[in-house]
Amino acid sequence: MSKYQGVDYYNLDDLLSEDEILVRNTVREFVDDNVLPVIERHYEAGTFSMELIPKMAGIGLFGPTLPQRYGCAELNNVAYGLMMQELERGDSGVRSFASVQSGLVMYPIFTFGTEQQKDQWLPKLASGEKIGCFGLTEPDFGSNPGGMITRAERKDGGFVLNGAKMWITNGTIADVAVVWAKLEGEIRGFLVEKGTKGFSAPEMKGKHSLRASVTSELVFQDCVIPETNLLPASGGLKSPLMCLTQARYGIAWGALGSAMACYDTALSYAKSRIQFGKPIAGFQMTQEKLVHMLTEITKGQLLCLQLGRLKDQGKAKFNQVSMAKRNNVYHALEIARMAREILGANGILNEYPVMRHAANLESVKTYEGTHEMHTLIIGEDITGIGAFV
Amino acid sequence: MKFAVCINHVPDTATKVHVGPDGKSIEKTGVNYVISPYDEYAVEAALRFKEKQSGEVIVLSWGGDAHKESLRKALAMGVDKAVLLKDDSTRDSFGVARALADYLRELAPDVILFGKQSVDYDDSAVGIMVAEMLGLPSAAVVVSMEITGGTAKADREIEGGHEVVEVQLPAVFTIQKGAYEPRYPSLKGIMAAKGKPIEERQPAPMEAKVETITMVKPPAKQAGKIVGTDVGAVPELVRLLHEEAKVI
Repeated sequence: MSKYQGVDYYNLDDLLSEDEILVRNTVREFVDDNVLPVIERHYEAGTFSMELIPKMAGIGLFGPTLPQRYGCAELNNVAYGLMMQELERGDSGVRSFASVQSGLVMYPIFTFGTEQQKDQWLPKLASGEKIGCFGLTEPDFGSNPGGMITRAERKDGGFVLNGAKMWITNGTIADVAVVWAKLEGEIRGFLVEKGTKGFSAPEMKGKHSLRASVTSELVFQDCVIPETNLLPASGGLKSPLMCLTQARYGIAWGALGSAMACYDTALSYAKSRIQFGKPIAGFQMTQEKLVHMLTEITKGQLLCLQLGRLKDQGKAKFNQVSMAKRNNVYHALEIARMAREILGANGILNEYPVMRHAANLESVKTYEGTHEMHTLIIGEDITGIGAFV
Repeated sequence: MKFAVCINHVPDTATKVHVGPDGKSIEKTGVNYVISPYDEYAVEAALRFKEKQSGEVIVLSWGGDAHKESLRKALAMGVDKAVLLKDDSTRDSFGVARALADYLRELAPDVILFGKQSVDYDDSAVGIMVAEMLGLPSAAVVVSMEITGGTAKADREIEGGHEVVEVQLPAVFTIQKGAYEPRYPSLKGIMAAKGKPIEERQPAPMEAKVETITMVKPPAKQAGKIVGTDVGAVPELVRLLHEEAKVI
């Protein structure tokens, strides 16, 4: 197969700086060389490719928007988004790993942590020496995290945690968990290290989606942590939601990557697959699908690009992030399914990436705020009337 | 020690190129450009020498403003300094070699590296011409090399085997795929490269020794022919291979 050249029907590269393009092309090449050759094997085995961690860290894919003093690259948000796009062209699970490490672990430590916590964790998380996870969702509290039952109580100059988290990416392999629990009725963030007594993180098995990613439960049973493990600047549901806004932003770009992989595969397949004496790309119904896919990708690119520019100016609203996540994941899933249709029976084989992307995107559509919740977030913003509280 | 690497900015090998309307140059729109892959091995080699024994790596390229993209990438990979010998005229290997040699004479590096060939015009000539112009020893098609004090030992790929040669520095080397798989620029390197300036120099006017008359693409491959599906087709297949394809 010929080398992937990206999807850019509207010359959007003209809107990118030289360094943004170089970041994208570097990650694209990295994915071609390091992710695509191993991903199907890991997907089938249901394992995360641990050998990717030092390689990803080596080029600086963890916490890349954070300051250089922590060993990070200090990228702008557009370059960060392009990086996520290329990672998810590889696999949603690989992008999820980077999203969690960057947006859900390094970001809250950087934003809500003490200097000592930042110095202790950020350089090691950037270098991949330590892995993090983020515990917010609970078995009975998904879209409504504010109802969480995990509790922290003060005891002997520390805290005792009790409760359980679910659907936690990287949980089992994490060295540190950013855990959200109610302390005296208010949601606060805590750092819980692997091996702490009363803390376990069993892996969840049996997934038909995100199979090349580790998903876990976090269980706290009279788990005692020192006072210094509280993220002091965190307070209220707003704190974890700020983290989710970071991750959702990356997902909006990432979904474009999945969609691009599916479109690119479907286009080249359609041009070479002969039926009734001509390539199926020559049939109107196939062309309609391909054009729809490309149009939605192009619209999604514009949505993300402007969102990134707004974010860099400090003007992006979380509702705008919701719109990009909602739209791009929805269409990426639709595109993956259309690509599968164009590939016919071949579409279900692991010789092509489309079925894997389609299955992954089912999770991506639900996690980090379901499609429905993002609809209601935007709906509340434009009408002033909350439909879910 | 001072290392100079000369790089070219060429169409990505995965890009489909078309001959332009003048019939002697390629159509540039819609073509992705990259550092010529062999030149990228040369950049990697220089960076490794520098890491091993300290020094400075200077990358230079002859061509238009577009070459800055490749120079920027080399900076992101960790090169210290980039120089563009800015000239928009049509390239000619002798003229390019002369422009590079003029600058290199002034720079006086200990080691000058090229890719074994630039994957656009495939002359495999510029590096060796530069060595001649500067009166320096050269080793071409080098897969790996070691530098000790003022000498370099280079492992060259030759027909059916390898040859190890030793030269006194300063010297010119053209690098072949081998020990120097290029690194990815790190995201930090990319950000650091933003702050590094690209020096622009005006080389002497291009003095072309060779003029391109015409450029054509190879004839399109024709569809295959099925002669038959059983053993009965063999005599006809042999006849066609012998009389039409003339391969047996």
